[in-house]
Amino acid sequence: MNRHMQYLASQAAAGKLSRRDFLGKAAALGFTAVSANLLLSNAAQAAGPQKGGTLRMALQGGSTTDSLDPALTTNQVGLMLIRMWGEPLVELAPDGGIEGKVAESFEASADASVWTFKLRPGVMFSNGQAVTADDVVATMDRHSGEETKSGALGIMRGIKNVRADGDTVVFELDSPNADLPYLLSDYHLAIQPNGGKDDPAAAIGTGPYVLKDVNMGVRFVAEKNPHYWGDLGNADTLELVVINDNTARVAALQSGQVDLIDRVPPKTAKLVGRAPGVTVHSTAAAGHYVFIAHCNTAPFDNNDVRMALKYGINRQEMVDKILNGYGSIGNDTPINASYPLYTEFEQREYDPDKAMFHLKKSGHDGGILLRTSDNSFPGAPDAAALFQQSCASAGIKLDIKREPNDGYWSEVWNAQPFCTSYWGGRPTQDQMFSTAYKSDADWNDTRFFNEKFDQILVAARGELDTAKRTQMYADMSAILRDEGGLICPMFNDFVDATTDKIDGWVEGVKGQPLMNGYAPMKMWVKA
Amino acid sequence: MSPIVKLLAQRIALSLLLLLLISMVIFAGTIILPGDVAQSILGQSATPEALANLRKELGLNEPALQRYFSWLFGALQGDLGTALTSGQDITTAIAGRFGNTLFLAFWAAVVAVPLAIFLGLLAVRFKDRWPDKLISAVTLASISIPEFLIGYVLMFVIAVKLRWFPSVAMVNDSMSLLEKLNAIALPIAVLTLVVLAHMMRMTRAAILNVMQSAYIETAELKGLNAFQVIYRHAFPNAIAPIVNVVMLNLAYLVVGVVVIEVVFVYPGMGQYLVDHVSKRDVPVVQACGLIFAAVYIGLNMIADIVAILSNPRLRHPK
Repeated sequence: MNRHMQYLASQAAAGKLSRRDFLGKAAALGFTAVSANLLLSNAAQAAGPQKGGTLRMALQGGSTTDSLDPALTTNQVGLMLIRMWGEPLVELAPDGGIEGKVAESFEASADASVWTFKLRPGVMFSNGQAVTADDVVATMDRHSGEETKSGALGIMRGIKNVRADGDTVVFELDSPNADLPYLLSDYHLAIQPNGGKDDPAAAIGTGPYVLKDVNMGVRFVAEKNPHYWGDLGNADTLELVVINDNTARVAALQSGQVDLIDRVPPKTAKLVGRAPGVTVHSTAAAGHYVFIAHCNTAPFDNNDVRMALKYGINRQEMVDKILNGYGSIGNDTPINASYPLYTEFEQREYDPDKAMFHLKKSGHDGGILLRTSDNSFPGAPDAAALFQQSCASAGIKLDIKREPNDGYWSEVWNAQPFCTSYWGGRPTQDQMFSTAYKSDADWNDTRFFNEKFDQILVAARGELDTAKRTQMYADMSAILRDEGGLICPMFNDFVDATTDKIDGWVEGVKGQPLMNGYAPMKMWVKA
Repeated sequence: MSPIVKLLAQRIALSLLLLLLISMVIFAGTIILPGDVAQSILGQSATPEALANLRKELGLNEPALQRYFSWLFGALQGDLGTALTSGQDITTAIAGRFGNTLFLAFWAAVVAVPLAIFLGLLAVRFKDRWPDKLISAVTLASISIPEFLIGYVLMFVIAVKLRWFPSVAMVNDSMSLLEKLNAIALPIAVLTLVVLAHMMRMTRAAILNVMQSAYIETAELKGLNAFQVIYRHAFPNAIAPIVNVVMLNLAYLVVGVVVIEVVFVYPGMGQYLVDHVSKRDVPVVQACGLIFAAVYIGLNMIADIVAILSNPRLRHPK
């Protein structure tokens, strides 16, 4: 039967059988939709990519105020553009490992405090200039130092010195860090000629495409980079249009004006997938929607109040109603199975009795003010209302204040003691913890100051024994779960969609949405 | 100086004064808004150092009054400055966007204005009979439904189901006129539905008002048929209120279509303005505000002038 299915899948991949018919036959043979889809995508990969054509995509997040300078890029459209024209030294591999880009290989000193990256020979910028170690050093230099505006500044801070040594680049760190390659895979750190110091927004890099037509926040056209070293980029031309309105983006896909979109709203994703020729792809990811309480502000400075809230939230209900099933349940730590060194531990359940017990123990009386806004995450006000109801059964009075979208990230988040927010994932535990939970983290939005946590975090960076490191991260997650200010009910999947005019989607790629941003380069237009 | 020239000069001077006042209001408004431009540019991922560096570079530490006057003198010399966020020259950036906005407004007006006036005349001709009632019912229904909903419905039926016209109205320079018109067919349809009722109802009301005058009865007694009475005698006397409402709707087509621009992804001024408001890009917001205000004031001025010229009593004030 399996062989028969594989035959059907190869027929479907070759276009002799429609996807719909294939899935119907698969269901008749007792295959689940997920495994059938996987088989189909494997068959398409085996049939091999086709070259040529124009791949058209519509993405959310671009604005007319954007800049092409990778240091200032903050949204998904900007990330996708960098993926087209540029490359970092190394990149997150589809399975969560690290693969070389501008750097061919790398090695660490025994204590992981000095890293040497060997540049790939023959790599050229799209202007025909060869990439040198000096370009890499200049790039790192532009993103570091207190004068920079780069979004990667936080990453660069632990790096003491970067120097060129022939065709290698040597990174000397303040303290050991086994995760340096993950840090350097950050999209801001695309290698530019002379580090982009001459013209930061020139969009000249070593990526598979070059930008031909740039209309910020509206439309971009990219063509193959003749100097590109690798094998990415099947379509001759990429066309990216920015459509921020959810309904309009979905309509553009359904009417066949584009073949690839990101961020299908979970509420309508099932309906979208029912349209002829459209496939919705859901990818488990590390991003999560959260309620954050400041651990140093009353009443949240009392751990029993935090525990009462953690027991007073119905996580499964949130996943079902807010994410419509396109996500997974959280456990009050920012870490889930997407992370490389993840350990599973006991799931905290909704328990009104325990919530009531902790509330009584805390001695807190009266309401608790929760601030929320539409843009803190999709469906945040609804999630706050659900939280309010589940808390009410535990005797906790939650008051909800709806804040305006405008100014939420500057006036409410990281300023008010209790609010809704979201986090995109990070490739490693170390990065997630260092970004938001270390005492001196830039965005310690739960005001979590825990010496033991900080100690383990620093020790784990220098620990090259994977088993020990895994245990350390499990311990840290446990500390956060039982003492932290983070109430994490759910991890949101990336929900993207494609039409049947393109092929080559790979399920379960780690990192960013749209196959870590490589869908347009790895997929192909069917002839 | 003839009284008409004097009247016109007065109008224009008043309009300019109004523009100046509006620029102050806009500036004050952008200062009251919460958050600042540096925070908005860097978003959630802003570090304190990056914020401080960006603020310094953008000159946000200078006093507000100084920033306002230096911008105003620049604007008087035709230099709208550079966008804080992208560093682009605002005049060049706006020119293309404004051109697109005018393009859409022009074609929507070409369809909507004659249609509205014709339907208004038709409604008068068949007053209180079924054509009048049908026209009123349909246009009032279309103005009552929110424009984004009309947009979504047309998009679903015409773009997704029938595939007659594209759902994305993205025009660019490499397209021919016909391709552009094809692309903006749906937004034109929605805008027409939105502005039709207002203009049609005003045409109908103004002409009916005139129709009760004695000279209309005279015209009828002369033996003119109904359309000739409306066209030759009623319409010229009803022109002032009609031009007024047409100008208001034209102004709406230029400055008020941001929702339509978002729904159909049309690269006009509205989206450009909204993006820059949310990033606190004061120079761009002010430039857009000033242009929008100028359009509004200018179109209303034209309406006034037409009203004056078409009415002998206003033309020769006592």
